[in-house]
Formats: sequence, structure tokens, C-alpha cells
Amino acid sequence: MMTATTVQFLLDDEIVSAAPMPPDRTVLQWLREDQARVGTKEGCAEGDCGACTVVIAEPAVDGGLSYRAVNACIQFAPTLAGKALVTVESLSGAARQTGGSGAAEAPGGASLANPVRLHPGMHPAMHPVQQAMVDCHASQCGFCTPGFVMSLFALYKTDPAPARPSINDALSGNLCRCTGYRPIIDAAFRMTRLACAGAARADDATAVIDDAGAAATAPAPASTHWLMSGAAARRSSDEIAEQAVADRLAGLTVAPCFTAADGRRFHRPTRLAELARLRLEYPQALLLAGGTDIGLWVTKQYRPMGDILWLGAVPELARIESSDHGMAIGAGVTLSAALPFLEALHPALGALMRRFASVPVRNAATLVGNLANGSPIGDAAPALMALGATLTLRRGDEVRELALEAFYLGYMKNALREGEFIERVTVPRPHPGVLFRSWKVTRRFDQDISAVSAGLALEIEAGRVRSARLAFGGMDAIVRRATLAEQALVGASFGETAIEAAVAALATDFRPISDMRASAAYRMRVAGNLLRRLLADAGPDGVPTLYDMNQGVA
Amino acid sequence: MNAHSMNVAPATGPGASVAHDSAHLHVTGEACYTDDIPELRGTLHAALGLSSVAHARIVALDLAAVRAAPGVVTVLVASDVPGVNDCGPVIHDDPILADGRVQYVGQPIFLVVADTVDHARRAARLAQVAYEPLPPIFGYDDAIGQGAFILPTVTLERGDARRALDAAAHRLQGRLVIGGQEQFYLEGQVAYAIPLENGTLHVYSSTQHPSEGQAKVAAALGRSAHDVVIECRRMGGGFGGKESQATLPACAAALAADRLRRPVKLRYDRDDDFLITGKRHDFRADYAVGYDAHGHIHGLDLTLASRCGFSLDLSRAVNDRAVLHADNAYFLPDVRVVSHRLRTNIQSATAFRGFGGPQGMLAIEVVIDDVARALKIDPLEVRRLNAYGLGERAVTHYGQTLEDFILPDLIDELVASSDYVARREHIREWNRSSRWIKRGIALSPVKFGIAFTATFMNQGAALVNVYTDGSVRVSHGGTEMGQGLNVKVAQVVADVFQIALDRVRVAPTDTGTIPNTSPTAASSGTDMNGRAAQQASETLRERMTSALATAWSVAPESVTFSGGRVLAGDRSLSFAECARLAYMQRVPLSATGFHRTPKIGYDPQTLTGRPFHYFAYGASVSEVAIDLFTGETRLLRADVLHDAGRSLNPAIDRGQVEGGFVQGLGWLTSEELVWDTQGRLRTHAPSTYKIPVASDVPAHFDVRLYARGCNHEDSVHQSKAVGEPPLMLPISAFLAIRDALSAIDGYCAPVCLDAPATPERVLAEADRLSASPVAPDAKACADKAT
Repeated sequence: MMTATTVQFLLDDEIVSAAPMPPDRTVLQWLREDQARVGTKEGCAEGDCGACTVVIAEPAVDGGLSYRAVNACIQFAPTLAGKALVTVESLSGAARQTGGSGAAEAPGGASLANPVRLHPGMHPAMHPVQQAMVDCHASQCGFCTPGFVMSLFALYKTDPAPARPSINDALSGNLCRCTGYRPIIDAAFRMTRLACAGAARADDATAVIDDAGAAATAPAPASTHWLMSGAAARRSSDEIAEQAVADRLAGLTVAPCFTAADGRRFHRPTRLAELARLRLEYPQALLLAGGTDIGLWVTKQYRPMGDILWLGAVPELARIESSDHGMAIGAGVTLSAALPFLEALHPALGALMRRFASVPVRNAATLVGNLANGSPIGDAAPALMALGATLTLRRGDEVRELALEAFYLGYMKNALREGEFIERVTVPRPHPGVLFRSWKVTRRFDQDISAVSAGLALEIEAGRVRSARLAFGGMDAIVRRATLAEQALVGASFGETAIEAAVAALATDFRPISDMRASAAYRMRVAGNLLRRLLADAGPDGVPTLYDMNQGVA
Repeated sequence: MNAHSMNVAPATGPGASVAHDSAHLHVTGEACYTDDIPELRGTLHAALGLSSVAHARIVALDLAAVRAAPGVVTVLVASDVPGVNDCGPVIHDDPILADGRVQYVGQPIFLVVADTVDHARRAARLAQVAYEPLPPIFGYDDAIGQGAFILPTVTLERGDARRALDAAAHRLQGRLVIGGQEQFYLEGQVAYAIPLENGTLHVYSSTQHPSEGQAKVAAALGRSAHDVVIECRRMGGGFGGKESQATLPACAAALAADRLRRPVKLRYDRDDDFLITGKRHDFRADYAVGYDAHGHIHGLDLTLASRCGFSLDLSRAVNDRAVLHADNAYFLPDVRVVSHRLRTNIQSATAFRGFGGPQGMLAIEVVIDDVARALKIDPLEVRRLNAYGLGERAVTHYGQTLEDFILPDLIDELVASSDYVARREHIREWNRSSRWIKRGIALSPVKFGIAFTATFMNQGAALVNVYTDGSVRVSHGGTEMGQGLNVKVAQVVADVFQIALDRVRVAPTDTGTIPNTSPTAASSGTDMNGRAAQQASETLRERMTSALATAWSVAPESVTFSGGRVLAGDRSLSFAECARLAYMQRVPLSATGFHRTPKIGYDPQTLTGRPFHYFAYGASVSEVAIDLFTGETRLLRADVLHDAGRSLNPAIDRGQVEGGFVQGLGWLTSEELVWDTQGRLRTHAPSTYKIPVASDVPAHFDVRLYARGCNHEDSVHQSKAVGEPPLMLPISAFLAIRDALSAIDGYCAPVCLDAPATPERVLAEADRLSASPVAPDAKACADKAT
């Protein structure tokens, strides 16, 4: 087997060959401890605060690069192999201390000879995202700021004119304790205008940005040209620069296995068959997908980790196949990638997915990983179980199908046999007559773990419930269906009487626990109320959700 | 001409919205925090071993496995402390390392020092500790019943509250439990101690109180203050959480560094930070109020109790401030406030923005709300009716007279700009036809006293150096935690010399430069340190004036500083040239400044006098929606008008108001601290403890500074402190949730809601208020009254 000790990736236009590192070394540890590159901060080491946000760039399917923000604190460094890592230092060239960069060309070729100097030592070469943050007074203590800058940078790269919901979404994984967010949101609106201004003539720049103060936009050093191009100001030369980076990435050699100094291995198979073989050969190796939970085993629980078997480089697992029957989503598909497809399946799935963790977590975590993890409060399982999702399990060449509800055997116990893994999940397309809703109930709307979640699917024919699939999270040690409540509904006329009977049956279906998220009584009460809401929401007016109510009130 | 003097512009003087001096460093990642300081050769990393039991005697402490773990260099316990094993800010009841007894889950017992952070943290989990359990005290009633008071109960009474209550036409009573709050500074507690020659140490510490760190490190090592320098460039947030409790990591790192003669860094990971450090005090308020048919309050009997945790920390001053803010904006003719300070086996509750004020204020606002709901009138009317006025109605229950009570005018402006009256009507109409979602609206005012109640702490000092190239370096006793203190101080200094802002650099805070500092707290950073820096600068300006007058044989009165130049008659020279000229004349270009806050005087025994230099005011209108299926709530709109006096920097001040508002919103809605029955904190990371995120901020979040604001007291450029007061503005959001709940039964029955208003609490109250499982149409009031 071909193996290597170093992990190659691109950082600031340099090919980095990271020295042998343990397979569970995080990107943040590598940056801060190994490289003393300390612009990226640790706020929580569990992917919940965003202070460590970095951006990973990879060749995009349609040419150029795709960018995604991830939490460096729980991303294992070997997963960077063959990719480009972008940190806060990359944007301004701060990492290289580029001399005389003030004279560099602006992205549009316009020279802004006299950037306003507000302070001694003010960086003459800030990215529009950074400049917008300064202009809008969007930092106070500054500790969360590099993470916000990187989340906004990813947004800048993917959305030419973000509206408030996209901004909320992009910032859903970043906590700021000082500013109250308003100026950061303003900066998100401003950054693309700055970019446009930077690409146009300097005169126009002041005209566009005069509302927030005197500062003018500053050019980037030529060497980070590819970072400057945004969808808003995309021009052919930027695309060429991005393509050049993509070509360099394609030229990196990435070994199928990295071996650390202590002998631990990070397997990186690139074919499904190879993964299946390794899984059989090393059944004790930890199967890793996005790592947004496994990362915490390292950073929070200090569990000793052995070999890792990563499925993130297997192209067969990165596929989404859509058919009349539904969607088959491979085990390597991130939540972000799955989101539009699930939304196309049913709008309620899209709404659920948008409240699923945060953008950086969704950019790393996989849908199948969430199902495989088997947490009783995982967000995907109730909805997919209600829709009748099935799992395709593979062990070597042997493949079997299993209904999702049959996968969970007990608290954090599942039906996988030794050497087996989930290849994909298939989510059936709901019939037009099916009433389907999925809700999660939390203390905070964004990035919170559910106290209760529900996936509710009723087939209603001529006013009668023909079939019912009611799946709940947070109500038991596993996500499972409420069989008695389902029985109370099936055959009944869909109305208050039937729903109340189902609500009553829930008390027999479940014995929830009390914990820091909610009491047992609240969980039971809300589970019942979600059934009531299903009825109300099926009515002519529906029930508004609070989530977006604060974005439209004038 | 010097390139920099081109930049002289009124756009940077007092009153200008200048960017934070570190903004460009924040956004590029170049801003250096304590953990970012390049590590010296031989640096070691420490981690604390924590108690897993709330109250126990340590019978045996077996550290063999810790010592044997990979990378471990040494392990220190209480007996290894050569000096005083204490880091308490007021009295000596806060051991650095537990000595024979643990008093809460999370209390540090030992310190392990290893070659890497990872090794230290892994090793810290390997200790075998045998405990002999002692009975713990957690709850309010347990503590009161067992007489577990960390300080004697105090009572502040004016008039005869009982008699006024008995004589009042109407009476009501209630209880409100107010949850605590984790500071959740994004940068956790951290200190990096470097041993130097001759027994001295330099400690980089993320602290709001460098001088206390210095004193405690010196005492712990058995050394003198002059052996220890504490330095803080900036904190990644403090909010009070690094006022007293940054001292423990500084002491621990210093102990190890001194013992090993190697640099040692101690950085709490997030969970340890939650488990070890204290939070905002939670409170219980019991009240009885007597009032008349109009809503005038005649008598109030208020009993506050707070769970202070295992040690005193700053709990005396916190609870005093709660008592002193139990009036908020209202004249309470006959009032009695009782304050219990309870000893409980949890983290030692500590400073957090507002410092007791928010809890006292929330209590009286809920009382007012109850009175208005009982009388079925707009709570705003009751607020206006009871607001402070003139003459005897301008005297607080602790005896201080309000001299600039601008709230009536400020509230009028906000009522108009927020369209409060019409919206309130519209919302009540809307609620009639909305079965599942109810909306609510409320206005609440803030009056917050500015100064440390401990009078001696109201002192600030600064050192200003002018160099012969005309650049200026300022040191002051305050610390920068994001609040923009340094840029404000620089604006003040640049204004004295009339030089460009970029000619002034503010130095990191260090105890070797400015001694005996007060903590940067009580919103007083700019008031005290800005004034001291201003005074030092004025001293230097006078010296330069005098030097120039002598050199040019002109009258000192004819010398002026303007536009980066110094002018006398028809001659002028640059500021740098003038500095050089003074230097050549052997004039000292370094001066100290000192400020003691005037007029204040407070008797902590009777809780009376003039504790505050002045008051800052503000008000807000919040509109919310609640979901009756789940109890979830959403802030739909907020309008804020806040008094920052004549703002030194409106952009910075607006940032404080917005940030304070959202932080207070978290305190009252989503941020819930949950301890289990064993005293273990179950919410100890952002995965379980939820501070607001971007989407919680409504699209309509209109925050303005009160344009007619001015400080009639002697403050820097008539500005007002702005750090803490905005934290209490979102009380209106909590009251709006009560208003929305009230809509369930057609605004009939009293609402009873504790803070934070989590979905669970809101749903429970919604269920109580409605007869059917999910709110039906509003019941007639008559039904409810029976």
C-alpha cells in the first residue's frame, strides 16, 4: 500500500507538506500550536462558537473553486490533503507580511493610491470583507472577529448579493458576545458593494460607500488575487486565477494513507470498493465522515483514538441520485450539499435543514453521518423516518437495505455488523396527498440541539387518515415512531378528535427524560402540541412559524 | 510638513465616530491576545484538576497516575503554595487550590504542568480523589432555612412600607425568580507567567483587574508587589467575568512558573471555564405592593435573595447594587428592601455587566407590570405616573437626589419614534384573531447609577509620554476588553494636544507603569482613566506652552495648540518641533494624571448617601411573538433610545448599547443555567448554553443615542458611561412576552413568569392562562376572576 507521512495542501499560494501528525490532529491545533499562526481562535473547541472558522477551497465541479466555511477546531488536519486552506491571515496577506503591498493593484486594476489611514500601522491591504467590518464598527473585543470574517468571506464567495436570511444563515455558527450583531450584518451587506467599488473606478468607490464613513476600500496584494474575486465582481482574470489554483490542487499528490510518527494511520480511500475492503480489514478503525461529533471525542472527551478510516474522498459516496421515487444520498454528502435536494423533495425538509446546526457544521457534517451517529436528538432521523427512508448497508461486496427505524437498537447502538457501513440513505418522495411536516423545538432558533423534534407524515384520503408515520426525537433513548399514536390516527377522520386521541396515546408511547434542555413534562406536552399544530397547519390559513417573523416586521 | 499632520481632522476628536483602535487588527487576525503571545523557549502548559463533588472533605488525593501521565512535569497542590493560598478579592475565602475541603463541583484541587496543553488536560483527568461528603446547600429555602448567609441580611427602609401597604386601596404580591448568566467572553480565562531574575515575575493575564492579580500573585508566592508585573494588552471580552476571577489562573500559572523556573501558561478550556468561574447572581424577589386606583405605588415591601455561591467574592457590592436599583426610575414613597446573601455550594457568583442592578431593576419592572395588569391600564401609564419627579419625589430610597432626571422627555421621544401607542392597539387587535401566535409590546426605562459603590475605588491614573518626534504614548489604569476605552482615551489626549489621533498610541495596561489601579468595571473606565489621561496631557501641554513662551519670549496665554501645530502670535511650529524644543530646554515630557470622582460618599452599613456620581438613562420598546404550541418566543422589533451624555464616540457607544441590549436579551430569554440535584452545572458549553445569534436580532433594531444628552456633572467632555446601562434595556422584551401571554385570556389574569423566559416557562404559563390545551378564544374576564 502506498503510504505517506506528510499531508499536502495549499495555504497562501504555498504548497504545505505538513509534518507527520496524529490522525486526530485538528486543523486549529496545527495552525495555532504547530505553525504559531494564531489569527484563528479557539472559543469552544466543539464547533459551536465559530471563533475558529476557516475556509476550505476545492476545485468546483463546474470549474474554478468552491469555498466552504468549516470549524477548524473539530476538523482533522489530514482531511485537508489536496485542498486549499484559507485563514484570516490569507485574506490580507498578513501571514506573509507583504512589503509595500499598498502599491498593489486593485482587483479591477484601478490603483487606489491613497487608502485612508485611520490608525498607525493600519493594514493597507484588507479584503473587502475585512474593510466592511472595520467600516461598520463590527468588532469590539475582536476575538470572534476572525471567525466572522471567514464566514462572511465564504458568503462573499458564494452569494453576490446576500439578503438578510442568507446572512443569518452564513452567521448561524458564529457567536459574538459584544456587538449585538447589527454591525456585522451591516458589514455583510456592505462587503459586496465594496467589492464592486474595488472593481470599478476609485471615484465610484467613495460614491458607493460613503454612507458608513470615510474609509475607502483597499486593494489586495497581487498574490492573493484569487481570494479577491467574488461572485459580485467576478471577472475573467479572477476566474483564470481561481482555475490556476484549481489546477495546482489537481496536481497535488495525495496518498491513500498517512502514517503518523506513532504509527497511527489515517486511511483515505478514493474508491468505494477500497473503502469496503479497508473496513473489513480494519474493523476497529474509526469510520470518519464530517467529524463534527467525532471531533468532540478528541477535544472534549480526550478519548484515545486509533486509526481513522475517512470516507470523505470516495466519489461514489459523494453522489446524490434523484429519481421519481426519491433521493439516494451518499454517505459522503454533506448536509449543505443535501439541503437543496431535500428541499426539492419537500419544503418542510428545507426549513428543517436550515435550522440544522450551523453553516460551518453543515459544510462538514454528512446527512448519513447524522443518521449513523444515532443520537436520540439528531435532527435528520425523525423527518426521514416519517418519510420512510431506508439505508443501504455495505459489508465488502454484500449489500442490504434496512428501514431507518430498524437501524436503531438502543441508546447509541445500531444494526451495523462488524466491517459494515452505511453507503447511502434513500428518502422516498412523498406522495402529493401526504401531509408532511418536520419541526424542531429549541431554546434558540439557530444552532441549538432539539428538546423535541418531530417528523410527521399522514396519508389522508377523503378526510380519513390512511396511514400515519409519526417519528420523534428527544422522547426516548433513540429516535423512533409513536406506534400507538399512529394507531389512534389510522382509519380515523382527520380532525380534532383523532388528534386528541393520538396526543393521549403519546403518553403511553413515550417516557421522556428530564435534562438540561427540557423537563419530561415539557417534552411530552410539546410532542402532543406538535400533533395539534399539524392539524392546525393543515387548515386553510396554516400556522405561521416565528422563525422569520422578525425579519419582515416594519 | 510631517505626513501625519495632514490627517488632523475634527473627524477624530471627542464626539467623532472613530473606529476602534484595534479594528484593523481584529479583522486581519493580527490582534494579539494572551494565548497568541509567542511562546518563550521552555514554555509549559498547565491544567486544573477539579472537584466532582459539591461539598466534601478530601480524604485522600492520589495523584500518582497524573504524575505518571505522558509529558507531565509536575503537579502542585494546596500545600505547594509558599505564601497565601487565596485569590479572593475582598476577604480570604477563595483558595487557589482547595485545601482539604471542596465547596462546589468544579473547584480546582490541583494543578498539573506538562509539555503540551493536550498532555496537561489529559493528565488532569486521572486523579483519584476520595471524598467524605458533607451536606451541600443549593436552594434559596435551604440556605435561608439553615441560616447559610455569606453576609448578614441587610434592610433599607424609607418611611413605613408595611403601614403604607396596609393603608393602600389595592394590594398585590408575587414572586419572581431571576436566573443567572454566564459571561461567555469568547476568549476564555488565560494567564501566561514568566519567571524573571531575582524572584520577579511577568504575568500576561486576560484580566479586568491587573493590580489585584499582582497583589494576589505576590501574596501567593510570599513576595512583594514590586516583584510582580501583570500585563494585559486586551481581553477577548470580560463583562465582569475577569474582574475578580481572572486572578486564579494568574496565581496558578505564577505558582508553577516560580516553582519550575520556566514559563507556564494556563488556559481554561470552555467547559472548565464554565465549571470553575462564577456567573451573574441568580435572584429571588418576593414582593408586596400597595397602590391606588390610578396605579400610584404607595408602599413596596421587597425581599431579595441571591445565591452567592461558596465564597464572598464581590457579592456584597453586587447585592448592594441590586438594592440600590430596586427603584429603577420610580419614586417609592414608603419602601422596604430586604437583601439576603446566601452561601450555596456552587461557583462563586461574581461581577457581570450591571452587577446586581439588572436583578433589582427587573423586580420593580415586574411589580409595575403587575400593578398595571391588575388595573387593566397600559403599563406605560403606570410607569409615567410613578416616575421620579421634583422636590421630595426626586429623592431615591437611599437618599441621593436626582439632578438630571431626563427620562420623561426621553420616553416621550421614544414613544413617538417607535409608534408605541398605535402599535399597541394594533397588536391587541391582531391578537384577537390570532389563535396560535400572540404578540406583545412593552416599554421599559433604565436609570443606572455610575460609580463604584465602594467609594475608594473611584480613582484613576494615567501616564502620558511625549517623545521628541511628537508621538505620544499613553498608559492608564484601565483595561481594554472591546469596549473602546483605548480609542476614547486616545481621542481625549489627541484633543488636548490638538494632534492627529494616529500620533497617540495607548500602551498595554501593566502594573509597573500604573500602580494601584481599580478594576475596569462599574462602567467607569473612561470617566476615570480618560479624565486622568486628560489631566496628564494638560500638564504636558502647559509645560510645552511655558517652554515655548520662554523660547520665543511671548506670553504663555498667546500660545495655542491647533491642527497639529503650536502657534504663538504669527509664528508657529509643528507639535513635534515644539516637543523637541521643550526637550532641549530640559523640560520633562512625561507626566502622570490622577482622577478621583467628586461628590460621592456612601455608607455601606446603612446603604445610604450618594453612592453615584450621576445616572445614565435609556429606554426601549420591544415587540415579541410567542408560539402557543411550543412556548418559543421571537423578538420582532426593538427601538432603543439611550443617553450617553455628550458621546465621546457615537459609533463606539452605539455598539455598547446594541451589544448590551442583545446580551441582556439572552439573559432574559435563551440563556439558562441548569444545575442538577448534585450541584453539577449541566450547561457548560455553547452546545448547551445558548447566547443570542445573528438571527435573533430583528431586522428592525433601531438604536439611537439621545441627542439632547449631556452630563451635568464634571465628566470627560460631558460624556456619560455606557458600558453597563444598556444591559437592562431589553427588560422591555421580557415584559413584552408577559404582554403576549396576557393576550391568551384577553388581558385578565395576572401573569407569572420567571426569567429567563425559556420556551418551557412560556408554555407552562400559557397553559396556565388558557383552559384548553391550546389557547382557545379569549375567555371572558369574569370566568378568570372566579
